Amino acid sequence: MALLLDRCNDSYALLLLNCRQGKVRLTKWYSTYSQKERTKAIRELSGVILSRGPELCNFVDWRGRKVVYKRYASIYFCMCIDVDDNELEVVQIIHHFVEILNIYFGSVCELDLIFNFHKVYYILDEILIAGELQESSKRAVSRLIDAQDSLVEMAKEEASLIRSMIAQVTK
Amino acid sequence: MEQLKTIGRELAMSSQGGGWAGQSKEFLDLVKSIGEARSKAEEDRIILREIESLRRRIAEPDVPRRRMKEYIIRLVYAEMLGHDASFGYIHAVKMTHDDSLPLKRTGYLAVTLFLSDDHDLIILIINTIQKDLRSDNYLIVCAALTAACKLINEETIPAVLPQVVDLLAHSKEAVRKKAVMALHRFYQRSPASVSHLVSNFRKRLCDNDPGVMGATLCPLFDLITEDVNSYKDLVISFVSILKQVAERRLPKTYDYHQMPAPFVQIKLLKILALLGSGDKQASGHIYNVLGDMFRKSETSSNIGNAVVYECICCVSSIYPNTKLLDAAVEATSKFLKSDSHNLKYMGIDALGRLIKINPDIAEEHQLAVIDCLEDPDDTLKRKTFELLYKMTKSTNVEVIVDRMIDYMISINDNHYKTEIASRCVELAEQFAPSNQWFIQTMNKVFEHAGDLVNIRVAHNLMRLIAEGFGEDDEGADSQLRSSAVDSYLRILGEPKLPSLFLQVICWVLGEYGTADGKYSAAYIIGKLCDVTEAHLCNDTVKAYAISAIMKICAFEIAAGRKVEMLPECQSFIDELSASHSTDLQQRAYELQALLCLDRQAVENVMPLDASCEDFEVDTNLSFLDGFVEQSIENGASPYIPESERAGMSSVNNFRSPYQQEASGHTLRFEAYELPKPSSIPVISQVSISAPTADLVPVPDMTYYRESDQASKISSVAEASSADIGIRLRLDGVQKKWGKPTYSSSSSSTTAEKATNGVTHVDGGVKSQSRDISHDSRRQQSEVSSEKQKLAASLFGASASKTEKKPASTHRVAKGNTANAERSGVTRAVSPEISKAKVAPSSPPPDLLDLGEPIMPTSTPTMDPFKELEGLIGPTLTPASLDNPATTSGPKAPDLMALYTDMPTGSSSSGVTLASGDAYSADKSSSLAKSVPTTKKGPNPQDSLQKDATARQVGVTPTGNNPNLFRDLLG
Repeated sequence: MALLLDRCNDSYALLLLNCRQGKVRLTKWYSTYSQKERTKAIRELSGVILSRGPELCNFVDWRGRKVVYKRYASIYFCMCIDVDDNELEVVQIIHHFVEILNIYFGSVCELDLIFNFHKVYYILDEILIAGELQESSKRAVSRLIDAQDSLVEMAKEEASLIRSMIAQVTK
Repeated sequence: MEQLKTIGRELAMSSQGGGWAGQSKEFLDLVKSIGEARSKAEEDRIILREIESLRRRIAEPDVPRRRMKEYIIRLVYAEMLGHDASFGYIHAVKMTHDDSLPLKRTGYLAVTLFLSDDHDLIILIINTIQKDLRSDNYLIVCAALTAACKLINEETIPAVLPQVVDLLAHSKEAVRKKAVMALHRFYQRSPASVSHLVSNFRKRLCDNDPGVMGATLCPLFDLITEDVNSYKDLVISFVSILKQVAERRLPKTYDYHQMPAPFVQIKLLKILALLGSGDKQASGHIYNVLGDMFRKSETSSNIGNAVVYECICCVSSIYPNTKLLDAAVEATSKFLKSDSHNLKYMGIDALGRLIKINPDIAEEHQLAVIDCLEDPDDTLKRKTFELLYKMTKSTNVEVIVDRMIDYMISINDNHYKTEIASRCVELAEQFAPSNQWFIQTMNKVFEHAGDLVNIRVAHNLMRLIAEGFGEDDEGADSQLRSSAVDSYLRILGEPKLPSLFLQVICWVLGEYGTADGKYSAAYIIGKLCDVTEAHLCNDTVKAYAISAIMKICAFEIAAGRKVEMLPECQSFIDELSASHSTDLQQRAYELQALLCLDRQAVENVMPLDASCEDFEVDTNLSFLDGFVEQSIENGASPYIPESERAGMSSVNNFRSPYQQEASGHTLRFEAYELPKPSSIPVISQVSISAPTADLVPVPDMTYYRESDQASKISSVAEASSADIGIRLRLDGVQKKWGKPTYSSSSSSTTAEKATNGVTHVDGGVKSQSRDISHDSRRQQSEVSSEKQKLAASLFGASASKTEKKPASTHRVAKGNTANAERSGVTRAVSPEISKAKVAPSSPPPDLLDLGEPIMPTSTPTMDPFKELEGLIGPTLTPASLDNPATTSGPKAPDLMALYTDMPTGSSSSGVTLASGDAYSADKSSSLAKSVPTTKKGPNPQDSLQKDATARQVGVTPTGNNPNLFRDLLG
């Protein structure tokens, strides 16, 4: 699976791709594209990236831009960047993102990303804004936990609701 | 009972904690079925079904809010997989109005993913964003700021700008940071709207929180890219920040793989590279810290290498320093020698930067470069070609271009093919050792990348063949031409030639096919007819072909020979006479008419080898003077020059107040700003010449006028093009060789052949550089090993230092002066014409327009922009004065405060950063307290549980090990 992030006009774009089927798991576009352009870009990019061997470098040229990708288990994290960006840095931004995901989900796996894609978006919004790295400290996690707390509260509410429903039904 | 079971299951899942709580079974099933879909078609079917059911259910009245939240997330999912979910956008917008934070966040997330910044629904969100920016809950403010970054566009910036600026002083660092990023985004969208706030960024640089400081570097980087000079004073501050970061003065939380805040370091290095570029004094401040960073560089980790690479970039950008250069070269060679492809790639890139300063650096690494060139990795190969392109000189151009062409033939990627083809052409034009080689190279490029090449390249090639060496002897030129003809006749046998190449072939065959007498006219005409049949050609090729036939016939007639019309040629002419294209028809009829003329007339119409001759354009249209005078005598109103028209148009404006009102309206969504310099005079002229508008009923007037003007503008512009800028209009018009030849016959008496050598600037200079290269090529040494040979041909023989950069500027400069000379010469030759000429800067259009206009026109096209700037300049200043309270009043003391705040030495800023340290130490201790309760680190039990849940849900993970990243993250 793959994660695509596109950074054009000074901004990244992100894509998650499945390595087996080339299925898209998550996309985030920082510039405006029509649905058609997106589909085309994803198709082209997954063709290019999935066909590359493991030993080759993590960068590909694509339509005058560069795409940096990194594979974690079955997921490719891809990021489209400007020509004058530092590729090695972008590889590390991806890694930074994955590390934060790992902390948040606790040994993250593909399923976490599939079922919680909206949370992945939240995390991404804390790390990158408009394609620029906004927080390089993992202390961002603390903020995420704050945000998450309120979500958990809601989940607790829901659970208690269900419990009362069950109680009603079983009465 | 069934219901109960599912409820129980949901409960079980929600108790899984970090799992996928809070979503219904339906949604999990959806995601699962997508995961199991075997094909794209199946996936599409599932999603379409899902969209249908969502469309129905989302429109039901009284959907519970939580249910709605899930629907929205499902819509996001559908949209992410490439389907249209626009029916749900409005519900996402509604959700942003919700009071509950989770729902609001979901709403914001959905709208940022759904809507582009020019979507109509944005206007419904602005109010919510404004309200949320004032919220007491900083999480809501953060959510609103994140959304603002994506959704606010140029028009809506003023609506939120004051609030965002206020938030820069918020007590929460997360809010400050997001406010900085939002302002950065606004700046990117519309620099003018936030230009008065630039000082805020400077102030945020000294923020207590390193995160805010780091975020501030992003907008500052953009600002400095725009205007380096206003920020030179910050060099010392940046250097001292960088120093402190490198010395680990930032909180530990910013460490990444044992590196202290590497992302901040990289950003700072980028900024310093900009500030130090070409500035000896600023660079002086930077040397020290860069040297330290090289010394302490950590090359075992990826991030360490990223920092080292950035250091190299910085060294190559700032004013050169030998010591640092040595360190950079050493680091680069480490990259190149590395086994990692990533590092090799960075090494090649770094080398490309360093050779700009000292071209000799490349020699040391020649073998490494050649290895990269032959690497199976396409990306690395392309990067290496980029490097070779940068280091091409006349000594190695042949090897490099040959390699590039071979690679070009081997790839399918049209985008890159275009790029590499244009690079081949550029290098060949610049450094070609001989015309012969140039033509061969061009043929190869055309053959394999034909339609991807810029049409100008074809024109250049034709001109080169037509002009030959310029000042050299005729013999060499004709030899060149006949070899070109030979090669084209040979190439014509090949299938599927690109249309552009066919055009060149037709032109050359027409012009020189029979020149050396080797081939008969009938043979060439036959070939030309074949061209149009054998290849699927478009009208342009056909036009080139028939014109070529016409030329050959004309040369034959002029030489006193009789022209035999071949049957296939006759049928070709007949076909074109009935063509839908009027251009082709005309050419066909012209050919037929020409065949009936006598020898004398034909010689005048189609002179032999006239392609290089100049003809003059009388831009003053003086030949119309008689007609104008006659018209004025008959009562026509005289032409009023543009400059004298201003007063009249203002009178005219007063007659139509509506027009002014319309243009003064503030909320103009469609900005139809036509190119100002030409449109303004034209419009005013229209309002004079089109009094018809007055007859129209008043309320409709503006609309009517607008459309009326729009249609008039084009016609008027055409009519008065002589006045407004004939030069600009000319280069947009596609020119074919046929017609100019005609006009040349009328002016060929005035245009002397002697001007040829001087006129064609490019050719002259190019051949000069070629002569140099001829000599230096002989110095090449032969080495036994194949690789070494290649290396030697690429890097060796550096004795002749004809570097690319200087050569090219030299060429341009020379071109310009020669250009000036040229107009001088033409004037001297034909003084009576020069009197008629108004603008000496406008060159007489070249007979064939073989790309020549590019250089001369580039200067005139600059002028309108300058005028434009002039127009904008004064209006900008009042705009910034609109807010005197914000700009001049309180800002000045702020700036002063900033200066005093700014660390002059490392000591004072050490205090600020240290306080930041203490602050975050507090923070991290409180964090540590909360972490154990919420954070669940990697632990095997966890993943087992997760695996079990996965099975329970029925999803088989695609990876073998669900604990995917464990091994990678250690």
